Amino acid sequence: MPPSDPHNRDLTPESAAPTDIAPLGRETVPAHERTADEEKAMADWDAIAADPDFKSLLASKARFIVPATVFFLAYYLALPILVGWFPSLMTKEAFGGLNWAYVFAFSQFIMAWVVAFLYVAAAAGWDKQAAALLAKFRR
Amino acid sequence: MSSTLLLAVAQQSHTALFMFLAFVAATLVITYFSARKSSGSAGYFAAGRRITGWQNGLAVAGDYMSAASFLGIAGMIAFKGYDGFMYSVGFLVAYLTVLLIVAEPLRNAGKYTMADVLAYRLSPRPVRALASLSTLTVSTFYMIAQMVGAGALVKLLLPGVSYEVAVAGVGVLMIVYVVFGGMLATTWVQIIKAVLLMCGTLFLSVLVLKHFDFDISKFFDAISHVPVKSADGTVVTKDFLQPGLVYGAAVNPWGPLDLISLGLALIGGTAGLPHILIRFYTVPDAKTARVSVVWAMLIIGAFYIMTTFLGFGAATILTPENIVVGGKPTDNMAAPLLAHFLGGEVFFAFISAVAFATILAVVAGLTISASTSFAHDFYSNVLHHGKETKPGEEVFVARITAFVVGAIAIFLAIKLQTVNVAFLVGLAFAVAASANLPVIVLSIFWRRFNTAGAVTGLAVGLLASIVLIIISPSVMSLDGKGLINAAPLFPLKNPGIVSIPLGFLAAIIATFCSREPAAEARFTEMEVRANTGLGAEKAVSH
Repeated sequence: MPPSDPHNRDLTPESAAPTDIAPLGRETVPAHERTADEEKAMADWDAIAADPDFKSLLASKARFIVPATVFFLAYYLALPILVGWFPSLMTKEAFGGLNWAYVFAFSQFIMAWVVAFLYVAAAAGWDKQAAALLAKFRR
Repeated sequence: MSSTLLLAVAQQSHTALFMFLAFVAATLVITYFSARKSSGSAGYFAAGRRITGWQNGLAVAGDYMSAASFLGIAGMIAFKGYDGFMYSVGFLVAYLTVLLIVAEPLRNAGKYTMADVLAYRLSPRPVRALASLSTLTVSTFYMIAQMVGAGALVKLLLPGVSYEVAVAGVGVLMIVYVVFGGMLATTWVQIIKAVLLMCGTLFLSVLVLKHFDFDISKFFDAISHVPVKSADGTVVTKDFLQPGLVYGAAVNPWGPLDLISLGLALIGGTAGLPHILIRFYTVPDAKTARVSVVWAMLIIGAFYIMTTFLGFGAATILTPENIVVGGKPTDNMAAPLLAHFLGGEVFFAFISAVAFATILAVVAGLTISASTSFAHDFYSNVLHHGKETKPGEEVFVARITAFVVGAIAIFLAIKLQTVNVAFLVGLAFAVAASANLPVIVLSIFWRRFNTAGAVTGLAVGLLASIVLIIISPSVMSLDGKGLINAAPLFPLKNPGIVSIPLGFLAAIIATFCSREPAAEARFTEMEVRANTGLGAEKAVSH
């Protein structure tokens, strides 16, 4: 979609379209290529960053994301560690002819899905916090 | 069974070939029409101007489920059992890194490529140049893997053609697409592809289960007794559910460490893949980005669980010694051969065509974006100080780049014909995780991070991963199978466990060696945007 065409309102971007990257020095720079300095005037960034609500949003995100990341990395890396160095433990039968190695590998899928859903649930709260924060600064 | 199977493929190859060509042609027509929409048919998608969460999720899944996952993982499991399943696990868990760490900040900040993220608060010219080089490298690795898969597929369909000719033919076809700009990997193409691939895989999984009378315990019993021909020609029964056939400490003392190294590359690499990152720009807000990752995780997870049916199905029903194309064991062809054996001619043609179209779509899209970003970010920015000297020069440079990259990929794909494509993609992930992931994460979360850190991190991560791959047992080996006939200097096949920490360390140390107050000052703006999405709504209307 050429940025110069106001009638083409189809916003479905595609990878690899010639228009993904604006030719240098000929057209206006697309939004995604702008730098922080070029968008400095858009909002009072420092005031928002200093707001206690913004700080509590960051803290609330960190409270979920940091432990969740540590947990999923540990759970995931436990698989190659256990399978690689403790094969006698992992080749024991768990149930129905399946060994613990397979059950643990399969549980990674469940783990990934559960963490993803918990994240989405937690993120709904952050959306509200962020919207309230921005509303305060729009007024 | 081997000879009858091969004979069947050879005799009926004309039917299969005809149907294959018909399917590929149909896919190309769909591709053509969905790519057409970019050139002006405003009303076509007027109702759904914005990609919804599940649509984008399907597109992410389509981008991700390249032929490598479909052909490579199924083949890996068919030959190596449980250890091949580790790829499936890693490819899925990787999305937690994407979801928890990079997707939302990128969407909120309204950034499209890695170069955009870095250039936003750092000095644009050097970081864009390095980012485009690393994008080009990752894309080339990806392309080699896809071409190996495509070459083997064509060889299977046309037994009279040599593998070299098949790869060269496929490669030239891809270059023609890319150089003449005919095929764009649009969101819609990826969605169609994802749906076709899921349907084919589901049907094949059902056929595998039907073969075992839908009795799971019978299936697992067969998996634990797979006949494998050992080096001296005797057939031994192996338990394919047991880990360690490739990465076991008993097979290779470095095996367990190699497995961890692979795991690190897989979970870190996805968040650094250029064609996955740009998908978060296509949705209206962070909430949709989040929802689309979850949809992608559900689809990809279901797909990878099914690849185990294909892989174990091929191992038990065909047995590894019968997965042979042109006299050579070809693990990449496990899924198509299984489709032929269980589903007959039509299904075989369908599966092959879907896999082939998948390869074309992925490679064309990747090559266009990589070569365009090289022309834009490296050539124009670095060599010509941000101005095109002649109109159309960037497009010309991009085409030359695509041509060169395509030629390199053809050459290497011919050399690497017996290598598993999932393994090759694993190397692309290792490069992405070593070069791209550190600088993306540090630039989003670390105020002190600066241009020197980004440039050094990218360069060291890129060099370390490539050098370690070159001196690894996959390239250097004494048995004549590697590209270089010498003893490997590095014991691991997967470089991640060394190169990823090196990428992070280099970025951090170089950052501490210089001060860039302007980059630190801009971090406030970045942090507010990444966490609130302020200003991101403007980004959609580009």
